[in-house]
Amino acid sequence: MDKFIITVEEGAESFACPAERNVLKAMERLGRKGIPVGCRGGGCGVCRVQVLSGAYRVGKMSREQVSMDDERQGVCLACKLFPQADLRLRILGKMRKALRGAV
Amino acid sequence: MSFTGVMRPGHAAIRVLDMGEALTYYTERLGLIKTDEDQQGRVYLKAWDELDCFSLVLREADSPGIDYTGYKTFSRADMDELAGKLKDYGIEVEMVPAGELQRCGERARFQTPSGHYFELYADKDHYGDGLGRLNPNPWPEGLKGMQVYRMDHVLLYGPKIIETTKVFTDVLGFDLTERVLNEEGEMNVSFVSCSNKAHDVAFVEYPEPGKLHHVSFMLMTWEEVLRAADIMSMHGISIDIGPTRHGITRGRTIYFFDPSGNRNEVFCGDYTWYPDREPITWTAEELGKAIFYHDRRLNENFLTVVT
Repeated sequence: MDKFIITVEEGAESFACPAERNVLKAMERLGRKGIPVGCRGGGCGVCRVQVLSGAYRVGKMSREQVSMDDERQGVCLACKLFPQADLRLRILGKMRKALRGAV
Repeated sequence: MSFTGVMRPGHAAIRVLDMGEALTYYTERLGLIKTDEDQQGRVYLKAWDELDCFSLVLREADSPGIDYTGYKTFSRADMDELAGKLKDYGIEVEMVPAGELQRCGERARFQTPSGHYFELYADKDHYGDGLGRLNPNPWPEGLKGMQVYRMDHVLLYGPKIIETTKVFTDVLGFDLTERVLNEEGEMNVSFVSCSNKAHDVAFVEYPEPGKLHHVSFMLMTWEEVLRAADIMSMHGISIDIGPTRHGITRGRTIYFFDPSGNRNEVFCGDYTWYPDREPITWTAEELGKAIFYHDRRLNENFLTVVT
């Protein structure tokens, strides 16, 4: 089983995530924090991130939260983000202060 | 209490990202029964204890959320009278023809200042509960998952909830049962009933119009709420908060999300509302306890995650 390292906000947090698990679930399972958690279903946009580097695939996400343009720029929802390489992420979600308070 | 005018919430029309996943969730996990589908690909479902042929309509779309909520009136005359009152009040009413929703009569649709669409209807085909009305057994065998009894209410987020609440209380004959006042003493949360229930719809003030906070399904006991939570963990369903107790409505509850991120609730045990009661008021400083009676603090996810 391939595992990749997900690094959030310049190394403020990092954790391992297997290819078949979404990044948000991998974070939560390890009891790690950083990416804000919302509905976990691609609907609410709370876990919105931008992938700065690394290959990945995404599941279906609300177009209201991630436009086609967003998607081309690496913006996606962490609950629908599956890594295919080590990833570096920036948090865009509306509860961004959750991380700011924690680090 | 005499059931004339608006009787009850009759259906919620919900958008989902993937119909296959949604159907497994709503039938196998919640325990709704699929009763129909139409040429547009919409799927119709009901809870076992409801007699009409659907209470939830699912539509696959590229963003989740709620399209509209329908309320059943006691008679067609009541529906026409209330549609007339809405127009007199200055609200535009559009008649949606019978059959637009399969096996449902004509619907009078209107939009509230909060940006939500509602409709009144008087006729929907009977489906039954498998028990009949003559010497029935108490429940049918073969139910699945959480075995919810009925679609109970929706809680909606949007602007202008004072004006929106007035449409329900002043025009449609609902009662305000509970409210929250903000620090300036203005109502920013309202619970509204057309029946003996503590709420048949609720609103929370929010800048974006037309948002869904949750669709709620009723259970009868705390043990059933706990068992529903067990089913969520068995199947990896995303839990928001609970099982716990609400101050508002006294409900015992758990919140969770469907596979598209629409929040659902299963709950039991509020109180019996009568129209001679004064509404209950909650103040801003006790809002934590009002929402989650044991946590007693504001929960950012619960307050801000909507579809």
